[in-house]
Amino acid sequence: MVTVADSRREEILAWLDEVKDPEVPVLSIRELGVLRDVEVSGDDVVVVMTPTYSGCPAMHAMEVDVVATLARHGVPNVRVKTVYAPAWTTDWISDEAKAKLAAYGIAPPARVEADELVPLRRRAPVACPYCHSVNTIVRSEFGSTACKAILFCNGCHQPFELFKAI
Amino acid sequence: MSGNRERTGNREQGTGNGDSTDGWVAGARPATATSGIVENPFFEYLLRVADDRLVLGHRLSEWCGHAPILEEDIALANIALDLIGQASLLLKLAGEVEGKGRTEDALAYFRDAIEFRNVQLVELPNGDFAATIVRQFLFDAWDVLVLERLTAASNQALAGIAAKALKEAKYHVRHTAEWVRMLGDGTAESHARTQRALDDLWPYTTELFLGDAIDAEAVASGSGVDVESIRPRWREMVEQVLGEATLTVPKDGFAPRGGRTGRHTEHLGRMLADMQSLARAHPGAAW
Repeated sequence: MVTVADSRREEILAWLDEVKDPEVPVLSIRELGVLRDVEVSGDDVVVVMTPTYSGCPAMHAMEVDVVATLARHGVPNVRVKTVYAPAWTTDWISDEAKAKLAAYGIAPPARVEADELVPLRRRAPVACPYCHSVNTIVRSEFGSTACKAILFCNGCHQPFELFKAI
Repeated sequence: MSGNRERTGNREQGTGNGDSTDGWVAGARPATATSGIVENPFFEYLLRVADDRLVLGHRLSEWCGHAPILEEDIALANIALDLIGQASLLLKLAGEVEGKGRTEDALAYFRDAIEFRNVQLVELPNGDFAATIVRQFLFDAWDVLVLERLTAASNQALAGIAAKALKEAKYHVRHTAEWVRMLGDGTAESHARTQRALDDLWPYTTELFLGDAIDAEAVASGSGVDVESIRPRWREMVEQVLGEATLTVPKDGFAPRGGRTGRHTEHLGRMLADMQSLARAHPGAAW
């Protein structure tokens, strides 16, 4: 049975699709997996979120956006609850969302590798999001944001970003 | 480099520091450099886990705008961000466990050096790029092993933070291991600097594996790591990478200690003076 609270929850989740990651504006916080759940109890709404990285500086901006977006839709009593478990993983990003990343020029994350405790060696080659060549090299393991690395494509001579798989 | 030279100046201070951890006997209250009494051992334990990250994260942040190449400037700042983010979560939890209303900011900015519980390794000045990378690699290799065990902590909040931090730490160690190889197996100059950094820093790694009553209590409660037990695995990982880097593993010997009970090198106080100045000049400042 679909209760009033359930349909309210669905409605709020749909509105929250308007909130994008400020550092990856092509994905909503829902697609990114940062938005975990919405708890509705009467007029009170609790939005449950988890950060991508422990020190993600965009988290605060996303929380402010969540509250502002719901206020625009007439939801005043919103509280954001941050949870850390289960830990965020790029495996939560759907194939559809990964396609959006690629179209935006960010190579999507591969599936998280089988869990070797200490991966002291590098992993499989990454395809260029522009020309799809796998003749690419890592320029920098760390990029403009905590969640990305910087690569260079030898095929089309274009630098591009990779969404790190974690 | 000047950083390395400064470091060797600690030796005398460091060697006399072992008493409080080694002299503890079962049944007695473990002593610390601050009050002599530990009221809340788990709070104390969480400070240890948090302070390593806070202090090392701040040290790395000192490279921001100064690293040898842009990519490494970004990398060091990113690793710093991860470590400081982890510290923030852990200090928040510590404040809750303490139950005296101290926030993560209060614990980060309003404790003095003697109240910090990090190992001395992480507070040492950055030195040159080789020293920073070697210190980071030695720490990261230890950190993945510590965090892996903490993911099974009976304290769910600690387990959650550890699972998140472990993902980050794995990324860090891959990066720093790669740099140790490049620098060690690089030019004569990079090799010499990296070996010198390793020789200087090696003594400080002993403290990573010294447990005391606080650790034992945390382990007994299911929320701690028996650090001694992870040493063989750490050595294996470190020796593998150092071997590939054509570096020589230093001999064990001189082993400064005391950070876990608040006995630090002279460098921590100077670092904190910088790190805490804004918060102390403008208490409660927000931006």
